[in-house]
Amino acid sequence: MNFLRLFGLLILPVLLSACGSGPLNDPYPAADRDSNILYSSFEERPKHLDPARSYASNEAEFTAQIYEPPLQYHYLKRPYTLIPLTAAQMPTVTYYDASGRPLPATAPVSAIAESVYEIHIRPGIYYQPHPAFARDAQGRLRYQDMKPGDWHGIQTLGDFRHSGTRELVAADYVYEIKRLAAPQLNSPILGVMAEYIIGLKDYAARLEKAARSLPRGTYPDLQRYPLAGAEVVDRYTYRIKLRGKYPQFLYWLAMPFFAPVPPEADRFYAQPGMAERNLSLDWYPLGTGAYMLTRNNPNRQMVLERNPDFHGETYPRTGEPGDAAAGLLKDAGKPLPFIDKVVFSLEKETIPYWNKFLQGYYDASGISSDSFDQAVQINANGVAQPSEAMRAKGIRLTTAVRPTSSYMGFNMLDSTVGGSSERARKLRQAIAIAVDYEEYISIFANGRGIPAQGPIPPGIFGYVGGTAGVNPVVYRLVNGQPVRRPIAEARRLLAEAGYPDGRDAQTGAPLVLYFDTNASGPDAASRLSWMTKQFAKLNIQLVVRSTDFNRFQDKMRRGTEQIFEWGWNADYPDPENFLFLLYGPNMKVGKNGENAANYSNPEYDRLFDQMKYLDNGPERQAIIDRMVNIVRVDSPWLFGYFPKAFSLSHAWVAPSKPNVMANNTLKYRRIDPKLREKLRNQWNQPVLWPLLLLLLALIAALAPALWAWRQRERSVAR
Amino acid sequence: MIAYLLRRILYAIPILIGVNLLTFALFFVVNTPDDMARMHLGMKRVTPQAISNWKAEHGYDAPLFYDASAPGINKITHTIFFEKSARMFVLDFGTSDDGRDIWHEIKTRAGPSLAIAVPVFIIGLLVNITFALLMVFFRATYLDFWGVVLCVVLMSISGLFYIIAGQYLIAKLWHLVPISGFNGGIDGLRFILLPVVVSIVAGIGGGARWYRTIFLEEIGKDYVRTARAKGLSEWRVLFRHVLQNGMIPILTGAVVVLPLLFMGSLITESFFGIPGLGSYTIDAIQSQDFAIVRAMVFIGSALYIIGLLLTDISYTLADPRVRLQ
Repeated sequence: MNFLRLFGLLILPVLLSACGSGPLNDPYPAADRDSNILYSSFEERPKHLDPARSYASNEAEFTAQIYEPPLQYHYLKRPYTLIPLTAAQMPTVTYYDASGRPLPATAPVSAIAESVYEIHIRPGIYYQPHPAFARDAQGRLRYQDMKPGDWHGIQTLGDFRHSGTRELVAADYVYEIKRLAAPQLNSPILGVMAEYIIGLKDYAARLEKAARSLPRGTYPDLQRYPLAGAEVVDRYTYRIKLRGKYPQFLYWLAMPFFAPVPPEADRFYAQPGMAERNLSLDWYPLGTGAYMLTRNNPNRQMVLERNPDFHGETYPRTGEPGDAAAGLLKDAGKPLPFIDKVVFSLEKETIPYWNKFLQGYYDASGISSDSFDQAVQINANGVAQPSEAMRAKGIRLTTAVRPTSSYMGFNMLDSTVGGSSERARKLRQAIAIAVDYEEYISIFANGRGIPAQGPIPPGIFGYVGGTAGVNPVVYRLVNGQPVRRPIAEARRLLAEAGYPDGRDAQTGAPLVLYFDTNASGPDAASRLSWMTKQFAKLNIQLVVRSTDFNRFQDKMRRGTEQIFEWGWNADYPDPENFLFLLYGPNMKVGKNGENAANYSNPEYDRLFDQMKYLDNGPERQAIIDRMVNIVRVDSPWLFGYFPKAFSLSHAWVAPSKPNVMANNTLKYRRIDPKLREKLRNQWNQPVLWPLLLLLLALIAALAPALWAWRQRERSVAR
Repeated sequence: MIAYLLRRILYAIPILIGVNLLTFALFFVVNTPDDMARMHLGMKRVTPQAISNWKAEHGYDAPLFYDASAPGINKITHTIFFEKSARMFVLDFGTSDDGRDIWHEIKTRAGPSLAIAVPVFIIGLLVNITFALLMVFFRATYLDFWGVVLCVVLMSISGLFYIIAGQYLIAKLWHLVPISGFNGGIDGLRFILLPVVVSIVAGIGGGARWYRTIFLEEIGKDYVRTARAKGLSEWRVLFRHVLQNGMIPILTGAVVVLPLLFMGSLITESFFGIPGLGSYTIDAIQSQDFAIVRAMVFIGSALYIIGLLLTDISYTLADPRVRLQ
């Protein structure tokens, strides 16, 4: 009896829900079913949403929709092209010599002491509604001096009854540049920007000193501290002064680090009582973008809604050849954004996430290794396409090579594999041939990647495709196709390096190399086992030194590793952002840079210093080619592979173009909610017979028991 | 009894200090403040200055246990251990390393954890006891035999399998409830139904077998024979007399976990997208957020002590012969 009651109690909500309309398994409110809402997910809560602090890609998914730096990437054009966002036009740059005299744009780098970027922003741009701007009848900011009694009923930002807005001004951009130096914000780009923005390093030191004299938890008012390298010219114009020449700075102007922050926001969030309620700019961003964050519960859901004060922008009218045919210009000239609301739900596990996508409750999805075979099939030409099951549902597949380099590095400070000696170079080249990255991509990345021929990925200036771009140290051309050099050639190189058949020619001792990693778990075990086998082709004994993340990072900083895996995700689409990973003055040991292999080659460094300042063109390409050839021969890296992003989207999602540099692409997305609703209903009809069957099974199991019980009771009664 | 309780509460203080000390030592054996700073600042472009700023900002720039350079009592008080631990004894957990108020987070997340844990505990206990009593009722028959076989089978299956199978069958194939997610209010019922059912089913094997053992031991005792001799029905014998006398071992296992219910379940919360305290703790360990880890370990220890106290008190209620002195 208890079982029956319990069963009734448990299925009651299901049966009650069945009386309503729509699928029972719909995780969203019934009222939203027909709405113009895009459904997405997040795996890990974003750590920072403050533009001065946020740097991770999962944070950019939110910050890029909210904050508006002066520039952005064109949605459709390739190679990636910067265009104005809030700026009225592209910034003008003027060069000055050491005595302050203006120089022509063609002036040699050595003559340029200072670059001044002048940026005009468009008037009439307003911030999203926010209580920091709310004013009372007297025109005073309503929530800038809150008393303890004012907090009644306020727990989240939505609990403030009043909100306001104000026009975006140039001073807000300057204020944000100052925020990069604020000690409490720990901006990740302070180090790199302090090298370029005039006075920023000293400014950070002044702020830190000032903060020390203030009570703990309070910080100096940045508006009272001028910064030499950033100044307001007029209401809509500001200047940024850089030391020397730094052409890549324009790319930084397309990142949220250089988005405007109104000082009112900092004053609002700095009030006592805010932190206790987790109200901060890091949690509730404030911007001028197409969307605003209206709900931030990263334990469950984060919601972006259309900013009612958005200044307006239209879908691009031009793109690449082929974009029109692909239907990517259908919306040309239409006002953005198309979607009213974007709901991001926390989804930590891939299985429920994938199943919800298949049920139509997420509009688009990446593909995990677990579901790859179910989602994708590779045709006879090696082209990935959605599987039969996906096609039957109208699901589309889009792929794009990510601007990411995933490589294996040799510590160039190591006495065995490092250094510039011929012996070490040949050893590295032999290993580069032996480690078969084509096989690696096939086994461990489900074919989602292309073998790297150098440090620059496709889509970035400097990348050379086709036969001209093949790495001759590792590959040879057979019938016009790159084929990995035979293992015999690697063995020959190994012998020339002094290790015939994997043994030291002088001592006869086997060659033992060490692979340092923090990878763990079954997936890593099979990968590391594969790696060991690759080295075994040369009779090299590879010892895997597994450790935890902290120890591994520590080894890298101290340069005690020997062979390691590393990766880099581009900040901006310029070859400098990849080639600097091998620049000597940027090495990790002693200089705390991003050159993890500690590679140093004077010729390479000299060419880098030239290449860095050049505009894209034949001259720059020629220098890059020389640099790439140097590192191919020196082989401080096994270039590994460039990962490919695979993305699936449902039939109701309008075709979109992958843009791996821009993060503010939500405004270009469009969906057909009616079609979604129809298909969701079709795909999610409840199946009730198993419940009935379960009930019957329970009755069948309990009936003999009840019968036996009655018999026993009766027998006792007799 | 009051004196006993007071004594036990006083005993709790050194235990909590000890647990705190152990947590602190273990955490900082694995992680240094520099590691924590790097974890929070990310992998790219982190400068030594940024690390130093982060440590100063979060109070990790002091020595761990002893500051030889400080005067007098400051040698002890001007340390990370003292500054991070002392406040917890007045339930001031401070902020997490990413600046969020921990107490606020705990209050927010306790609800979802309890929404799963309480029905699983209560219904699970009822189901297990009932199932165990039924097996005892039908002892030495095919029903008992197959009941035990079923329990062993259920015990042998991994908890993760129940979750994946439950999601696959009930949510994916039959479309009866959402696969994952959470909502407050009455709408939340359809989200918690599946995790509750899955957790109960996953616990039946072990629970029912354990209770069956307890009840089988009781069923052979003299008072049961006396009850039967009085002409009481077997149903009454089992559910009134055997159950009541078997309460002590049941309470030992059940009451002690009562306060811990709110700590949540890691795997269930993770797979069903429940924003509870289980996932909060694990996320903190993964992100090396010591502030949260120490707060959750402290609360867990305190609740465990409370659970043990409640167990002792429950003995006096279940068995009038028990006295706490």
